[in-house]
Amino acid sequence: MNSALIRKLKSLLGPANVLSQTEDLLLYEFDGSVEKARPEVVVFPHTTEHVSRIVKLAAKYQVPVVGRGAGTGLSGGALARGGGVMIVFARMNRILKIDLENRRAVVQPGVVNLDITRAVEHAGLYFAPDPSSQKSCTVGGNVAENSGGPHTLAYGLTTNHVAALELVLPGGEIVRIGSPHGDAPGYDLCGLFVGSEGTLALVTEITVKLSRKAEAVKTLLAIFDTVGDASQTVVEMTASGITPAACEMLDGWTLRAVEDYIHAGFPRDSAAVLLIEVEGLRETAESQAASIAEICQANHAREVRTARDESERDLLWKGRRNAFGALGRLAPSNYVLDGVIPRSKLPEALEQIHAIGKKHGFQIGNIFHAGDGNLHPIVLYDPRDTEQFKRAIAAAEEIIRMCVLLGGALTGEHGVGMEKNELMPLLFSDADFDLMRRLHDAFNPDSSLNPGKIFPLSKGCGEIRVRKSSQAPRIHA
Amino acid sequence: MSSAVSLPVRLEKIVGADRVRVEAADLEEFAIDGQKPSVVLQPRSAEEIAEIVRMAASEKLALVACGCGSKLGIGMPPLRYDLALDMKGLMQIAHYDAGDLTLSVDAGKSLGALQWMLKEKGQFLPLDVPYFACATIGGTVASGIDSTLRQQYGTARDFLIGAEFIDGKGQVCKSGGRVVKNVTGYDLHKLLVGSLGTLAVITRLNFRTFPLPETCAGHLASFLDAESALNYRSTLLKTGLPFANLEVLGPEFSALAAGIFKATNQEVPDALSSNHWNVYAAYEGNESAVQRVTRELEKLAAAAEASRKEYLNQATNEHLGGFSSGSYGDLIYAATSMALFRIVLPEFTARNIAEILRPAGEHSLRAVFVLRACNVAYLAVLEESGGDPAMEALGRLAAEIFSTVAAMQGSATLLHGPRALKQSISVWGTKRVDFPLMQRVKQAFDPQNIFAPGRFVGGI
Repeated sequence: MNSALIRKLKSLLGPANVLSQTEDLLLYEFDGSVEKARPEVVVFPHTTEHVSRIVKLAAKYQVPVVGRGAGTGLSGGALARGGGVMIVFARMNRILKIDLENRRAVVQPGVVNLDITRAVEHAGLYFAPDPSSQKSCTVGGNVAENSGGPHTLAYGLTTNHVAALELVLPGGEIVRIGSPHGDAPGYDLCGLFVGSEGTLALVTEITVKLSRKAEAVKTLLAIFDTVGDASQTVVEMTASGITPAACEMLDGWTLRAVEDYIHAGFPRDSAAVLLIEVEGLRETAESQAASIAEICQANHAREVRTARDESERDLLWKGRRNAFGALGRLAPSNYVLDGVIPRSKLPEALEQIHAIGKKHGFQIGNIFHAGDGNLHPIVLYDPRDTEQFKRAIAAAEEIIRMCVLLGGALTGEHGVGMEKNELMPLLFSDADFDLMRRLHDAFNPDSSLNPGKIFPLSKGCGEIRVRKSSQAPRIHA
Repeated sequence: MSSAVSLPVRLEKIVGADRVRVEAADLEEFAIDGQKPSVVLQPRSAEEIAEIVRMAASEKLALVACGCGSKLGIGMPPLRYDLALDMKGLMQIAHYDAGDLTLSVDAGKSLGALQWMLKEKGQFLPLDVPYFACATIGGTVASGIDSTLRQQYGTARDFLIGAEFIDGKGQVCKSGGRVVKNVTGYDLHKLLVGSLGTLAVITRLNFRTFPLPETCAGHLASFLDAESALNYRSTLLKTGLPFANLEVLGPEFSALAAGIFKATNQEVPDALSSNHWNVYAAYEGNESAVQRVTRELEKLAAAAEASRKEYLNQATNEHLGGFSSGSYGDLIYAATSMALFRIVLPEFTARNIAEILRPAGEHSLRAVFVLRACNVAYLAVLEESGGDPAMEALGRLAAEIFSTVAAMQGSATLLHGPRALKQSISVWGTKRVDFPLMQRVKQAFDPQNIFAPGRFVGGI
């Protein structure tokens, strides 16, 4: 890395806000994914002006820039694939304004997702997107990845809850898009930038929409002897006109692993559990809960438990919330996949996942958002065993291919990043890439911002070169 | 022209002779503010449209994709207008799976026919828009017209999950997919919502569908002044009660509704004839939820000292809801040269509503005002007698409204107005700071500037 650039970054931000020693940089070569890539310098801006000046400096020295929130992403979106400067938004973590009357909050990108809810819950409001990492992930990361969560079917992804953004473009220009209140005439630029995975601009301020907490919540846990019955329950529930706020499924193997650790009360010999939540007016929640229980029974549920109060509700959720932790005990590492299928194809998908696991020598557990067909198969592996790691990657790829064949998509909520960019041609044609590329180049013509993400590197027409700093370390994995 | 063969003949080779029309009456049908295309053609597939667009791109022919034409009056007339694409030739349902709540439909399908089909499975798309019966789904999305149900369901951008479209190079492109949760690739389909056909020709749209509510009802509460009505509205928004729609109807809007109810032999809710400010709440759900909301509204309206409160049963509520969503059409019908503004403000207070209504009063014009969900208001200005207002007065009034709204940090659009008025002002209001980014988006989608040139914001 150019020492003059580091010197200038230090003089701009102060030495404490610039990391360039290898031992410090090592911490930033990971995120929640299985990928690895090391930045050459990590910086912590405090203001939008800082971000703009960092971007201009990087452009001057021709090194790429990548933004990063808490690093909890699962697709390598916040990894420095081209080396260069990593901008960590940890110090831009203030909630700038709360407007309860109009249900808006203006926040900096480094604000932790759950902190918005904490700041407004006294008024009966909350921030709806709730990825499982919501206690640590940042809103900036949510915006970049268009994060989801268990409540997506009812309340949508992050994009449905963002009204306006302040951006820093790759040239350092600061612009505001969207409209904090209501929608103004013009193209829906927020719709484009939210979920663009940091490949078009850096987000420096976000105006989010706040939602009102429902008056009543009903939580049910249904236990099934076959995965088919559980899946059919999900389909019938939606077809009957009920849109649950959340509908999560754990398969038999996973629920046993969870039960051994959490003691959530899952029968070890059952094949699937469904955790279903409905919200709304008391009258609505109660009658929907009753209908759901009936549908579960009609589909041969062995048992349906309904939480009577908040502590019982927590107990029912406990198994789901701690599931990944429980699986963490079984292997040194796990690879959480993210695929999405039409929910009517659930039984077929689960069978195929089982077969794919067997072929590659893995027992693959399944925890997923059944309500919207968002699968999270979990491959347990040992990263020190290179051959096993390769098999894990191969199994993952096969599962994602299957999702596409079933009419689904590559990712429901984790993003493409550098995990799935080579799989993009499964869904998109040369024409699709050509247009997406034109949009990319309209904002980030030199690929100086987050290079090597979303677009396949191997494909002629859609190819985007990874702009690398001349001294960038080799990309691992 | 690149060829000695005439344009219609070359187009016939793409879509067939029976789908190319050049008669005066056909061209008139697709006129935008009086501006007519040279040729009207009705393609039957995305591939045919792609071929047309490739030809248009190479010859720099401007084209406008049209649905049933009900919202062609939005925006400016195109700067150039060679080809009108009659999209009604694309009307298949590509895919509908009620259990998955997903629908994939051709852009030319009428919303009325579509909802009829969904209804059989107990579902619907929450797009309650003007000219509902004939409007095409493609036109509805491209126009970005408000749905009166957005309080509960949001706008099309919230439940559009994917699209197929032809870009300005004549390529069949897609974004999103057919699953309700998907973050693969850029969300290009969101850009198409409200783009008025300036980015691409939409050929197919994928939606997430919704279950039809078991029942619905409505409630009207009348107030002597705007301030009391707005206070009541604010109270309702804080209760957390689920409203499908929540509107404040100005006295003139209520009177217009009452008149149309009467003319069509519908029962007129008393509150509408009172010459007061009415707050209209519509809500839905199961029987007990609807009863509960009704009870609470009665209490809240009494506490707010409403001069009148009135429960609307399912049928009356559907009539009033239908009137409200279709009022755009009724107003245009009532006075062809009226001006209809869409106004969004950070906050609606009695004071700023009075400011917005003031210019109409000063010009002795009639102002029909309705505040919709999500701080979107509609203001129609027409002659007291129903006749045509003088253009000069209308021009001054429009300028005053635009500057008043801009001073309040809001945005105003002239949704409908006589051509002369549209040419004297900027119908899209003040240019926004993110306009240069919009130009980049336009350039990326449509490098030859052949899609509806000049119709959109800032001359895009």
